[in-house]
Amino acid sequence: MLEVCNLSVNYRHNWAVQNVSFTLQAGQVTGLLGSNGAGKSTLIEAILGLVPLANGVVKWAGKPVAKQLDKVAYVPQRSQIDWDYPVTVERAVMMGRVATTGWFRQHNRRAKMLVKNALERVGMWQYRQRQIGELSGGQQQRVFIARAIAQEADLLLFDEPFNNVDRQTEIIIFEIFAELKAQQKTLLVISHDLSETLNHYDQLLLLNKQLIACGSQAEVLTNENINRAYDRYDNSAIQPLTINHYPNANLVN
Amino acid sequence: MLTWLIEPLEFEFMRQAIAIGLSLGILGAVVGSYLILQQMGMMSGVISHAVLPGISIAFFFEISVVIGAFIAGVLSALVVMGIQKRSRIKVDAAMALTLTSFLALGVILITLLGTNQINLEEILFGDILGVTSGDVWRTILITVIILLLTKLFYKELEFYTFDPLGAKASGLPVNLLYFGLVCAITLTIVASMQTVGVLLVMSLLVGPAITAYLLVQELSQMMLLGSILGAVSSIAGMYSSYYFDLPSGAAIVMVIFAFFLLAFLFSPKQGLLTEPEIKNKVINWLKFSK
Repeated sequence: MLEVCNLSVNYRHNWAVQNVSFTLQAGQVTGLLGSNGAGKSTLIEAILGLVPLANGVVKWAGKPVAKQLDKVAYVPQRSQIDWDYPVTVERAVMMGRVATTGWFRQHNRRAKMLVKNALERVGMWQYRQRQIGELSGGQQQRVFIARAIAQEADLLLFDEPFNNVDRQTEIIIFEIFAELKAQQKTLLVISHDLSETLNHYDQLLLLNKQLIACGSQAEVLTNENINRAYDRYDNSAIQPLTINHYPNANLVN
Repeated sequence: MLTWLIEPLEFEFMRQAIAIGLSLGILGAVVGSYLILQQMGMMSGVISHAVLPGISIAFFFEISVVIGAFIAGVLSALVVMGIQKRSRIKVDAAMALTLTSFLALGVILITLLGTNQINLEEILFGDILGVTSGDVWRTILITVIILLLTKLFYKELEFYTFDPLGAKASGLPVNLLYFGLVCAITLTIVASMQTVGVLLVMSLLVGPAITAYLLVQELSQMMLLGSILGAVSSIAGMYSSYYFDLPSGAAIVMVIFAFFLLAFLFSPKQGLLTEPEIKNKVINWLKFSK
């Protein structure tokens, strides 16, 4: 179980995430929704300890996440990666095993098996010798999903895995989510998509700096919540980052 | 041909210069590979100029100039990173500011401390003829140490330079790895100062590495091919300097650039002239002109 308690992140004098609390259960896929700049990526980075916390606690199985990062897999946004980097598909997936293999050691047979299985699972084994820049967007995403699988983590965090991927990749990723769920893993997935794919999630979180809503699809996706999350009451896209939301104010157009 | 190759080797200074050039060609390509993959090619320029205040202070206190240069170089890289991380300022601006400030401080310190004996021109352009056998052994030692460390931490450094956030998320001590890289870059620069000078050392770090980058698809291959190119360039530069009476540092840099140009034009996968469209145009044009 992942417990996030009163989490706040301050980025260069602005609140990027404010007072967010929620829990994730094992064997569940949770979707993290919100507009651009709502703090979704920052929230995931804060859970991992990649950005300093202004306030709050993040615990996995009762202990701080930062102390057990080997149990956490992180799939960054595709745009964060330099796809011209001279690395082949197989070696990129092997990076999921670097921390477990440890310093001064070569990857063992088991690590190589895990990488092979993960690549076969996402349908990329035949591309293992390709340089990653030669792949399509969907294939690149699958390489990173394979890296997360090979890591054998219990908590998996995905930052926009469905951004600009083909239909086939989307299907494969949702299949993998279902398999990981069956293995009692905990998944948190950032998504933009408010369409029927939401049925794949057991729980939804709606974020706009603060947590707007949390729960089932019916509970979370009410008109009022969506308006608050996407700042519909105000058409200008630029919002001061320190804006406060008053829960009782009537924000619907 | 053989006498042409052997003749310069009869001179002690040429043997030493070639040994040091060989060593630096390899070292520069290995360290430079990390540098350019981090998109920090200009960082070598910053560090190489920022060593000046360190040299001045070391000279004043009569300690090894290498140590002073090393400390000042590492410090400048940390200043760049600090400015970049803790503000909205982008890395290029941070580098420009740091480079000039350190250089200015160095110039002031030379006057203030009265260390005018420092030959600025020698630091800026290097003097291959002034290389001593002590310099040669020091350079070879630095090269061997850095190659060993690269081998030991290869998989961690590869992960970190490819996906810094992912590496940090998996618990790798990324700040330590960054610091290690900065130390390696600075050591390389300090070791190269004597040969090519701080103005041209950027070429040894960046040139062979990017040439290899255009030709291979894995980091280890990039380092290997880069090392070969770096070593060959150094030696070719030395020979042309001997036979055509050219400044050795500049000759090395021009050979490095020539290799780059070849790869840039003719790399099978990335070359300008190997792009199918342009290739056909060139072929047609050649046919037409016949």
